Amino acid sequence: MPTVSLSGVSKSFAGQEALHEVALTIEAGQRVALLGHNGAGKSTLMKIILGLLPPDSGDIRVLDAPAGSAAARAGVAYLPENVAFHPALSALEQIRLYLRLRGQSPDQAAPLLARVGLSDAAGRRIGTYSKGMRQRVGLAQALIGRPRLLVLDEPTSGLDPVSRHDFYTILDRLALEGAAILLSSHALSEVAARTDRIVILSRGRVMADDTLAGLRRRAALPTRIQIAARPDTADRVAGRLAAGRRNGVMVELDCAGEDKIDRLADITAMAALIDDLEVIPPSLDDIYNHFSRRAHP
Amino acid sequence: MKAILPLAMSEVRIALRNRWVAIIIATMVLFSLALAAAGNAPTGVAGIDRLSVTVASLTGLAVYLVPLVALLMGFDAIAGEVERGTLGLMLSYPVSRATLLLAKLMAHLGILALALALGFGSAAIVGFATDASALAGLSALLRLFWSALLLGACFLGLGYGISAIAGRPGPAAGLAIGVWLVLIVLYDLVLLAAVVADDGGRFTSDLFSWFLLANPADAFRLFNFGASGAAALASGVGGAAGVIPPLWALISIALWPFAAFLLALAAFRKVVP
Repeated sequence: MPTVSLSGVSKSFAGQEALHEVALTIEAGQRVALLGHNGAGKSTLMKIILGLLPPDSGDIRVLDAPAGSAAARAGVAYLPENVAFHPALSALEQIRLYLRLRGQSPDQAAPLLARVGLSDAAGRRIGTYSKGMRQRVGLAQALIGRPRLLVLDEPTSGLDPVSRHDFYTILDRLALEGAAILLSSHALSEVAARTDRIVILSRGRVMADDTLAGLRRRAALPTRIQIAARPDTADRVAGRLAAGRRNGVMVELDCAGEDKIDRLADITAMAALIDDLEVIPPSLDDIYNHFSRRAHP
Repeated sequence: MKAILPLAMSEVRIALRNRWVAIIIATMVLFSLALAAAGNAPTGVAGIDRLSVTVASLTGLAVYLVPLVALLMGFDAIAGEVERGTLGLMLSYPVSRATLLLAKLMAHLGILALALALGFGSAAIVGFATDASALAGLSALLRLFWSALLLGACFLGLGYGISAIAGRPGPAAGLAIGVWLVLIVLYDLVLLAAVVADDGGRFTSDLFSWFLLANPADAFRLFNFGASGAAALASGVGGAAGVIPPLWALISIALWPFAAFLLALAAFRKVVP
């Protein structure tokens, strides 16, 4: 039984389609990244999975229960985008309340806050916190009571690189323990190495749902080869390779992945004319743009 | 349901930090002491102790102040959470909307009870200190206390409903003041104008009482004046206390809190965080 399964989920706001026939499954222990531009429908999809927003049509099961039911909510943790708390409460008071709401001992509040690096400020009012600190309180509450599904809406925004690394380390451990994780992001480059599957959403449609390797294969974007020619040989090199020139000495050519070895053989055959060469595979951002642009003809 | 207590305690803590508790208590105590001092003046009504006179004045005060304070505490309850962005996270927890709303009601009603107890209590102390027969007015004061709590619960519910419908704290505040003006001030003026225009016709004889009972603030006034037999001390609409049985007024003020809460819950269920 998958932790989350959606099929045919559509949602419109005042005639504007936010989600169109979205299908998605997440298995236990899987880390799934949800990617898309602003307004692509990421937050809407998350709110529907949480049961905060009813879909116009479609089926959703979360932890083998209807989305938003008491049974589903008992096993689901949520970190909203730009998470907020009452400014008059301290992090310790806020986390104690959340622990009680999940039937856990409030004594865990201090260790939880220590786990996200907030020990020193735990007694201060959240109103005095920076965005990154609030984000950590948000993460701390999402870790309460071994959730079986974590829904994290842009969880690393406002976190510095070190905190981000710590954050993903915590997620890895949760996934190893069997939690399913759905997290949204703007940048494929950030989540590529830390998730098992990538779902790209554009204008409410799922444009891709695959592993990074699968996305690379399907996008079939060309590999770029940059050749630094010897002085005065750039024109000859460019001519023989039927490639374009970039400046005085650089020659650039694009080739499909499967032609790469042949092209490199062509180039090394002219070794005497060449200073250096660089093989640049399609970047993660190129792959992301490839899929997210298909919906914008 | 076991989530109610921690949620309510958190609400109380927030109200303490926001100085709401201090403001409401100070208001109640100051007004009550002022009226108790005024109640010590000779009334000209024979056979009534000074505390009973003070209770009559406090009833008139509570009709205005309790709904106002309740609406001021209630209007932010849902709209404020939507505005701050805290509602979505709260609703992702295994807590029902009814529980959440009940916890807020419990906290706000507790604060109101504390303020009323301190306010009315200080009035009672003044009464006992100056009049040996003031014990006679104690039952009326207790009745005023718990019926004022019912009135407060009713307007807290209306405040939550306004908060859920308005969706944002700004419009909710405006709407709350509007509801207070209509139910507490304009309603009686319109009724009195209608009675005058009717000149002893069917409206005055048949409908007037029902209109009074339908308004929780008027029912509260009728109940307290009618039950204490202090109608002689009442003025304006309160004078009708002589003709409407207090039990009917009690039924009205006992039903209103439930109706208001159910209304608020229905509106809250439509709120999308």
